Amino acid sequence: MTRRLPRKDVAIIGLGWTGSILAYELARTGLEVVAIERGPWRDTAADFNIGTAPDELRYAVRHDVFLRPRQETLTMRNNPSQSALPIRKWGSFLPGNGVGGAGVHWNGQTWRFLPNDFRIRSHMIERYGAGIMPEGNHIQDWPVSYEELEPHYDKFERVLGISGKAGNIKGQIQQGGNPFEGARGREYPTPPMNQGYPQALFTKAAAGLGLHPFPRPSANLSVGYTNPYGCTMAPCTYCGFCERFGCANYSKASPQTCVLPALVREPTFEARTECEVTKVNLSRDGKMATGVTYVDASGEEWEQPADLVLVCAYGLFNVRLLLLSGIGKPYDPASDQGVVGRNYAYQTGSGSTGYFEDAKFNPFAAAGSLGVALDDYNSDNFDHGPHGFVGGASITSAHTNGRPILYHPTPRGTPNWGSAWKKAVRETYQRVHNVSAQGSVMSYRNNYLDLDPTYKDPLGRPLMRMTFDYQDNERKMANWMADRCDEIAKAMGAKTTQVNRLTGPWSVVPYQTTHNTGGAIMGSDPKTSVLNRYLQSWDVSNVFVMGASAFPQNAGYNPTGTVGALTYWGLDAIFKYMKSPAPLVQS
Amino acid sequence: MSHQRTSWTARVACAVTLLPLIAGSAALAESDNYVEIARGKALATAGDCVACHTAKGGAPFAGGLALQTPFGAIMTANLTPDNATGIGSWSADDFARAMHEGRRPGGTYLYPAFPYPYYTKVTRDDLDAIYAYLRSLPPVTNAVNRNTLPFPFNMRPMMSGWNALYFTSGTFTPDPSRSEEFNRGAYLVEGLGHCGACHTPFNSFGANKADKYLQGNQIDYWAAPNITNDTQSGLGKWSVEDIVQYLKSGQTGTTLANGPMKDVIENSTSKMPDADLKAIAVYLKERGAAGSPAPAPLAAGDARMKTGEAIFVDTCSACHTREGAGIEHIFPKLAGNVITTQNDPASLIRIVIAGGRAAATEARPTAPAMPSLGYRLNDDQIAAVVTYVRNSWGNAASPVSAEAVKTLRNKVTGAAD
Amino acid sequence: MTRRSLLASAALLLTATGAGARVVTKVLPWRPNEAYPVTPVLPGGYLYFTAQEAAIVDAFVDRLIPTDDLGAGAKDAGVTTFIDRQLTGPYGGHDWLYMQGPFASNPLPSQGLQSPLTPRQQYRQGLKALDEYCAKTFSGRGFVQLKAEEQDKLIAEMEKGDAKFEGFSSRMLFSAIHGNTMEGYFADPIYGGNRDMVGWKLVGFPGTRYDFRDVIEKPNQAYMLPPVGMQGRPAWGER
Repeated sequence: MTRRLPRKDVAIIGLGWTGSILAYELARTGLEVVAIERGPWRDTAADFNIGTAPDELRYAVRHDVFLRPRQETLTMRNNPSQSALPIRKWGSFLPGNGVGGAGVHWNGQTWRFLPNDFRIRSHMIERYGAGIMPEGNHIQDWPVSYEELEPHYDKFERVLGISGKAGNIKGQIQQGGNPFEGARGREYPTPPMNQGYPQALFTKAAAGLGLHPFPRPSANLSVGYTNPYGCTMAPCTYCGFCERFGCANYSKASPQTCVLPALVREPTFEARTECEVTKVNLSRDGKMATGVTYVDASGEEWEQPADLVLVCAYGLFNVRLLLLSGIGKPYDPASDQGVVGRNYAYQTGSGSTGYFEDAKFNPFAAAGSLGVALDDYNSDNFDHGPHGFVGGASITSAHTNGRPILYHPTPRGTPNWGSAWKKAVRETYQRVHNVSAQGSVMSYRNNYLDLDPTYKDPLGRPLMRMTFDYQDNERKMANWMADRCDEIAKAMGAKTTQVNRLTGPWSVVPYQTTHNTGGAIMGSDPKTSVLNRYLQSWDVSNVFVMGASAFPQNAGYNPTGTVGALTYWGLDAIFKYMKSPAPLVQS
Repeated sequence: MSHQRTSWTARVACAVTLLPLIAGSAALAESDNYVEIARGKALATAGDCVACHTAKGGAPFAGGLALQTPFGAIMTANLTPDNATGIGSWSADDFARAMHEGRRPGGTYLYPAFPYPYYTKVTRDDLDAIYAYLRSLPPVTNAVNRNTLPFPFNMRPMMSGWNALYFTSGTFTPDPSRSEEFNRGAYLVEGLGHCGACHTPFNSFGANKADKYLQGNQIDYWAAPNITNDTQSGLGKWSVEDIVQYLKSGQTGTTLANGPMKDVIENSTSKMPDADLKAIAVYLKERGAAGSPAPAPLAAGDARMKTGEAIFVDTCSACHTREGAGIEHIFPKLAGNVITTQNDPASLIRIVIAGGRAAATEARPTAPAMPSLGYRLNDDQIAAVVTYVRNSWGNAASPVSAEAVKTLRNKVTGAAD
Repeated sequence: MTRRSLLASAALLLTATGAGARVVTKVLPWRPNEAYPVTPVLPGGYLYFTAQEAAIVDAFVDRLIPTDDLGAGAKDAGVTTFIDRQLTGPYGGHDWLYMQGPFASNPLPSQGLQSPLTPRQQYRQGLKALDEYCAKTFSGRGFVQLKAEEQDKLIAEMEKGDAKFEGFSSRMLFSAIHGNTMEGYFADPIYGGNRDMVGWKLVGFPGTRYDFRDVIEKPNQAYMLPPVGMQGRPAWGER
């Protein structure tokens, strides 16, 4: 029997980056806010203790900190003609769990999308004609511009203390920064990280090729820093246990280091953990949310009434919750009708591995966002005309770790075991370096999310089904980028290189990236989007949905910076909504 | 907003409830006593009464916390104005006598675990204000067993002998040769602050040794440091502003409060006016220095130092840095920080074993936590690394034995803090 | 200020609204001695493998990573103990994975792991099938009795899926052992493998040390400190 709890002003589903920021900003005005998180509370000293955190087997291989597929997973297929099967063990992406969410185990690469990324459809057609647009695409302009988001990017970067070098301050190009970036109001809050030896080689080689390398903006901080919330962080020590791990020494921006200490002090805030929200409850006419229902750790069901529901459960799970709650019409690719699940996208990865003679790269001295990048081949910073693809990639020389269970590279053709393998592993470990391209993925009719007809979670609810494959456009782009990476790797002095192309269908097996975007996108037209430009549901005006699920398609960068900016952008809208509850955009 | 309304209603309701009880007394618990009650609340904050007079998970000021003394545990009294189980039937004179003389109405002796040897200095006016504040609290029924000491310590009349030896009553007298600020600080520290109760060593009868006032003490298996102006082990290297920041925010740039002092800061000093904190700092800096001289540091080649160095490099340097410099506002400096070189290493040892969360204040909410490492390091290893910290980078202090670690480990593992 | 705000304490606060929840308000929770270390594996004996199974695994991993002039191999590094202990934990039963049916018999390669067999079952059934195959193919000799070159040849066939075992995929067994060997050879020694940190010493991985600012400051120079694990290293003194 479901028991009803006393009403709250705001119920937030999930206590990761977006949930904790919104919780703090709303609770500090006196609103009664409850954040309901299905995973455990996590704290630095206990859960990322310096004597237990650096454990590759536990965290990187066995995935201790991530969502357990047993609790929830997705089913997957490459196209609608196939049968989807469960992702029984995570591979391609690793969804987080617990307080802090992905903000605990991320690398910390924190980007702004480029101005053209926000109007990619209009821009590409203007410049190249409609013929360049890939077949079956669902590419849409964003309903917000870079300029509108700029102050919110700044706010997010300041809360995290991002270490970087500005490239364009109010229109003035800055030496040492990214000359392609959108104009920013001011410099980054902390200086760029000290880079490693391969980054020095990359910088020299790239500059020699006429490219524009710059230090990658990093949430692994270069110096101690206290943010506008009063929370303090320490400088990164390049421990090499970044992504998949919690940070033991307060030097990676996370909700734990940047928000929670201030958030819990707010007297009107409550975090309820180990409680899984099963659905958003709606009024009889379906036009308003009345609150949420959740199941606690002992299996009891509770109803939490609230005036405002913020869905902050991570992009993928946002979409599933909307589908299970009946908010918005589910998308069907056959008819191309509906919106929830539409425009799911991902990220491409390709590049070149360089084998160097006589180098000591010390790959274990690393950080999640240590690296030097260049945007010469990103967005529309280069002439797409000759190439026939849409999109671009950021190219980076980076090294996030040298952890040997998963990183013990050998040249192609080396046996996988035996004395020859052993010799190659020993000789290669210090001498190999990857130049990588992280590229955009457009949205397509047949890449989408919906509910699986067969497989269920332990509560008996259908799993979400992911239908996705890289299309020709992405393969062409990624493989072109791989050749660009190869040029740079050779210019860096690699004795031999090995180009890593995007081949075959997208497979769930090897880890690629946890940049799942779309499925509950923002847009100007309720027929092709779930949310209006304020991240407010077109259908249920007291529901706002935060996260990369809002992206109409993905750009050539990690999503978190833009997720953060959208959160602060959405926050302004939420305050407007509360003053006068109504749809903020007429549909 | 709704919450303030609720508490205001509660306050008025209490006043109404209490009127029949105090009909005979004039200026008490009337709603226009708000100024007096607010003043009393500030004074009670300075005295940090709530810290001892609140049980874990209990109602504030309703007592029931077990205070560990060398003679056994004493349960603290219920200070809410409940007639049956609190001090509801006490007059202002009764309250003043308890604070000034250590006696209950009727003459029963109180134990100096309740630090009346310090509260004796508080003026009658201030006591009346505290009394008014306590009367304004909602009465809570909480019957506390006030007779938990074993024989012979349960014989309260014995306290008359103890008082004769170790207690002189009397309110604070300002020293005319000192500044007003110094005297204000003296009044706060020697009176309501009762800092000496923790920071002064005890004799075997549980009295603070007057000749070692504020020179440091082990309390509850923490080392309360020397807070005289001694350079070697006290506040000699701290400025007045450092002390103010520490009391207000829980940290200076280089050190963060932990252990029982963290609670004092969170409950008491962080809520006191800046001028009072400055007065306390001036008093502590200007009243003189006393402390034992430093020993010679252990040689770097000493076996314990070599082992300690290896452990430090592998485990501690990622926060405290290789040179023990710490990081401002988050990881304490170890080099030249008197906290690391106190005669008594108890705080260092137990924090390595059990970890510790620094003070959280409005100004500095992060409250970074030292991770617990008792599961990872054995007694010899903890002894080695703490010895290394105490004797590196210019530090010099007594080495630590594995025995000492073992004793503390038994006390702090599994014990609630 | 309400009474509720005065109730702030260092302990976790359970309210009436969530008996099965961990509720956090007012203060960051903290408890003394709170950490979640793994229980160190104590070598000696096997908790899952029979003596026969352990002998096969020993011989197998010894070929995958042999002891040679570059140092101890997988067998001497304790990898069999590692695998044995892993099989007794949640990994061994795929406890954290999604193991609800139906299980597809012909998944797409892009759909990854779809077998209902847990690692415990894979080893029990797979090692049995391996030994039966050997007996049939090598005139009654089990895997352990084969010569090193014969073992190497067989392992290579298993890797390609060319060895046809009865009722079990040789490739699946190879993947399991090979994958667990990499784990056991390079994981922290606390898990029973990587004895004396030989795997880390092979590549020059420093282990759990957490501060490499000095390495970043001195680019392209050899790193000299020995590795350290969660249980320390010899310079930490006797445990």
